[in-house]
Amino acid sequence: MTEAPLGLTAELTHRCPLHCPYCSNPLELLQRDQELTTQQWKEILTQARELGVLQVHFSGGEPLGRPDLPELIEHTADLGAYVNLVTSGLGLTEQRLNTLVDKGLAHIQLSVQAADAERANKIAGTRAHHHKLVAAELIKRTGLPLSVNVVLHRANHDQLEGIIALAEQMGADRLELANTQYYGWALRNRDQLMPTKEQLAAAQPVVRAAIDRLKGRMQVIYVVADYYEEYPKPCMYGWGARQLTIAPDGTVLPCPAASAIETLNLDNATTKSLQEIWYGSESFNAYRGEDWMSDTCRSCDRRGIDFGGCRCQAFLLTGDGAATDPVCRKSPDRELVDLILRTPVKPAEFKPAEFEMRR
Amino acid sequence: MKPRLKRGVRLTYDHTRDLQVLLYPEGVLVPNPTATAILQLCDGDTTVDEITLALSNQYDGVQAQQVVDVLTRLADRQVVEWS
Ligand SMILES: C[S@@+](CC[C@H](N)C(=O)[O-])C[C@H]1O[C@@H](n2cnc3c(N)ncnc32)[C@H](O)[C@@H]1O
Ligand code: SF4
Ligand code: SF4
Repeated sequence: MTEAPLGLTAELTHRCPLHCPYCSNPLELLQRDQELTTQQWKEILTQARELGVLQVHFSGGEPLGRPDLPELIEHTADLGAYVNLVTSGLGLTEQRLNTLVDKGLAHIQLSVQAADAERANKIAGTRAHHHKLVAAELIKRTGLPLSVNVVLHRANHDQLEGIIALAEQMGADRLELANTQYYGWALRNRDQLMPTKEQLAAAQPVVRAAIDRLKGRMQVIYVVADYYEEYPKPCMYGWGARQLTIAPDGTVLPCPAASAIETLNLDNATTKSLQEIWYGSESFNAYRGEDWMSDTCRSCDRRGIDFGGCRCQAFLLTGDGAATDPVCRKSPDRELVDLILRTPVKPAEFKPAEFEMRR
Repeated sequence: MKPRLKRGVRLTYDHTRDLQVLLYPEGVLVPNPTATAILQLCDGDTTVDEITLALSNQYDGVQAQQVVDVLTRLADRQVVEWS
């Protein structure tokens, strides 16, 4: 039976002052004139709360690019939901931050590109790093819990220790070190972003030591590079089980990367109620439960753990959204992943010319 | 030992589900009635012994060790800390 959703990611805009080549946003970025209005977002947020959503993550693009962010936060907090802001930190002034906190913001996830300004600015494609240091200090002053998010790839894995030290310096309550997931711009730049086996091996003891050393002060979370794993990452808690994402134009997605699955018939929150979409839509029901699974997954003991892996990855690599995630060693398509891993890699140094920077 | 909710953790009532829920940066927990009663007293001022005493008025045979066990689990989930 389908239960009510717990979390909503509201992608307010695709606009962003940074150009991270690992960005998971789609290649076809929506423009300002395609974005929902304040009123439309408020109605959607109200519906989401009625549907059962308890946690709203304002993200993007850069959510601070929307002047109505304080109003949307206030609306969401008044509905009784927990409000989280996922931000690059650019555009976060003291005044702006205080307003957001007054309106009911409960938590901030601040992204960082690397350990030092030189590398970080190269990856971001703009001078962003110093803004993040200032942003972290401002956030700490408000007393809000701070999570630092870092996407790891071949061009910053060598800085792992420095990144952990930076998060400590920033006073983060939580550090999420996530190896790049290959959607959107990241998929486009996969060959340049893919970490080496050596980098991943070197990361293990560093992460383990940090977890032990920082216990009770800063929670360290490490998300593995799934191409190198034997089994896929779990698809959230299952497709259409707990979370939904709304794109800047109101498209309702079972997961932030789901627009990649071209065969999926997506609905828009401006033309259908969230209730109808969550419980009744083709897209949300497409991979619920186990009926859609291939025999490989349906007969596997791990299906309750990983739900057959990531649907978006299955589609992107095999063209079939219902295939076993090709990362799985039981998948008949695992060779696709192995082939990618066998591609010889260039040195880890970051050369912007080799990347297609996000627009 | 005085437990308190960690920064950014909120215990609220969800009228949609008719349940007490614990909201925190990474997710949502649905505490059982005993855990809820304990969480309501996690204010950084009340000691484990005081919480045990308060709970004995509601439930029979509450032991301090049980309260500590529940709190330890909640601390492992990063929602409670000791002050
Ligand atoms: C798409 S960003 C939007 C919010 C904001 N612009 C930022 O970067 O923080 C949302 C979150 O996803 C992370 N992210 C971006 N691309 C990713 C990828 N390919 N794999 C894993 N995480 C990614 C970012 O670090 C950020 O924490
Ligand atoms: S990941 Fe980078 S480019 Fe993508 S939205 Fe966030 S800050 Fe912008
Ligand atoms: S066969 Fe399917 S369910 Fe089993 S581990 Fe692989 S992806 Fe998961």
